[in-house]
Amino acid sequence: MPELFHRKLERSTIGFVIAIIAAASVGGIVEIAPLFTIDETVEEAPDMRVYTPLELAGRNIYVREGCYACHSQMIRTLRDEVERYGPYSLAVESQYDRPMLWGSKRTGPDLARIGGKYSDFWHVAHLNNPRDVVPESNMPAYRWLGRTALKTEDLPLHLAAQKALGVPYTDEMVENAARDAYGQATPDTDFAAGVSERYGDATEVSAFDGVATQLTEMDALVAYLQVLGRLTDAAYRNTAATEQPADPAN
Amino acid sequence: MAALEHDPVTGRETTGHEWNGIKELDTPIPRGVLMFLIVTHIWAIAWWFFVPAWPIGATYTKGLLGVDQHSTVEARVIEGQQQRASWTSRLESEPYDAILADEALMKTVRDTGRQLFGDNCAACHGRDGRGRANYPDLTDGDWLWGGSPELIEQTMRVGINTAHPETRVAQMPAFGRDEMLDREQVRSVAAYVYSLSNPDYSTPQNIDRINAGREVFVSTCAACHGDNAQGNVEVGAPNLTDAHWIYGGSLDTIIASVHGGRQGHMPTWDERLTTAEIRTLALYVHDLGIRQP
Repeated sequence: MPELFHRKLERSTIGFVIAIIAAASVGGIVEIAPLFTIDETVEEAPDMRVYTPLELAGRNIYVREGCYACHSQMIRTLRDEVERYGPYSLAVESQYDRPMLWGSKRTGPDLARIGGKYSDFWHVAHLNNPRDVVPESNMPAYRWLGRTALKTEDLPLHLAAQKALGVPYTDEMVENAARDAYGQATPDTDFAAGVSERYGDATEVSAFDGVATQLTEMDALVAYLQVLGRLTDAAYRNTAATEQPADPAN
Repeated sequence: MAALEHDPVTGRETTGHEWNGIKELDTPIPRGVLMFLIVTHIWAIAWWFFVPAWPIGATYTKGLLGVDQHSTVEARVIEGQQQRASWTSRLESEPYDAILADEALMKTVRDTGRQLFGDNCAACHGRDGRGRANYPDLTDGDWLWGGSPELIEQTMRVGINTAHPETRVAQMPAFGRDEMLDREQVRSVAAYVYSLSNPDYSTPQNIDRINAGREVFVSTCAACHGDNAQGNVEVGAPNLTDAHWIYGGSLDTIIASVHGGRQGHMPTWDERLTTAEIRTLALYVHDLGIRQP
């Protein structure tokens, strides 16, 4: 009687290990590998800008404080989500998110389209004590953000790291990162002009925390929250949702 | 390879392994499980033809059913819009008077408006619309920019102090900080404003300061708030003679407002909400003021 293939294979230790690895890889190869070759995976968004140094610093604070544990940044392709939050999220909208912060848990609401929905003043009040503006909220208070100076000296390194991962920061942006972070939160200084020059006129330059004389972690986090969903209006094009494209200037 | 043995009890082949006299049977997969595996494989292969399945370079097989998440959700959203069209089209086209007179339509406005208000407005104005410190109460009948549905709609569309080209602008200057008034003038004008809604404050020992404050008020504040301090909805200047205060009506808060100015911000909803949604909310908010006087 001829020996069955499997009977032969299971007696070879190395051969069997290789066979197990090959079998277990099928799922990954089938589901992940094609995404790198199919041209529909990431949509086109030529109008998309990169995060400014201040927004990137705010994003780092968002990660540090674990905001992603309770807030997703991913509007799924479901009718109720589109009707509540706006157009569903596109892959291209997180092309400069390293790491991505899509999340899958919502203790609080999704934040993918929060930018521009409320005023800076509201965000500051809400982060200082959420109960002051939303009495039924169970979000923790982040009072120290407004009294902690933002660390800016390592921002060029953060931009350089993002650049190494493929985010199109120019050398000029990396070099001026600390100055631009300061300028974006101090509209009345000479540094503010550099932000508009390097990141576009639509970039919001504002005393985010309400105090134009100092740069705090509150400035950074509010700047980041106010730009969520507004780096590109790709999601608003070719969609049945009747919302108009967000004007980043608002 | 060892010769195959058969177990005398079951008649099965053994694997040929033996541990302390115990031999392992080489029992095949049960028939039911095997059939299940075969059926699922056939199902999977058939499914390749119906739904997106195989990558081919830069594209992929789209499947006979034409399933696509994006077009599916867009069809559902359009379906929802069509379901609501019977009343959203009336909200878009009919004048507010006609809608207010239609009790059945107003019930829809109240039900839908409550949802929209909760998702968009409640973060600042509160779920009941009563506002809180720094955010106006929408139920008190006291309106900065007018309380008719038309004016509420306009305020929602363009916002207050936004980047919208037609934005409503209400910037109270920082009279104290920017040195337009000196310390004593700030204190006296605040005392005068405080006395308007607190007649008990006009005692003999305060009356000189209040009178001095009135003069400052007439020359500095009346341009927006009016000679009688009852405000002006054309420029969003609040009535200072009533009991409704956005930033607080204590003497200290009034001094702070005169010293540092106020530049409240209401976002623009022009881009975030549809015309029907904005008009629904305008009616809902207008209605809040009527129902909770």
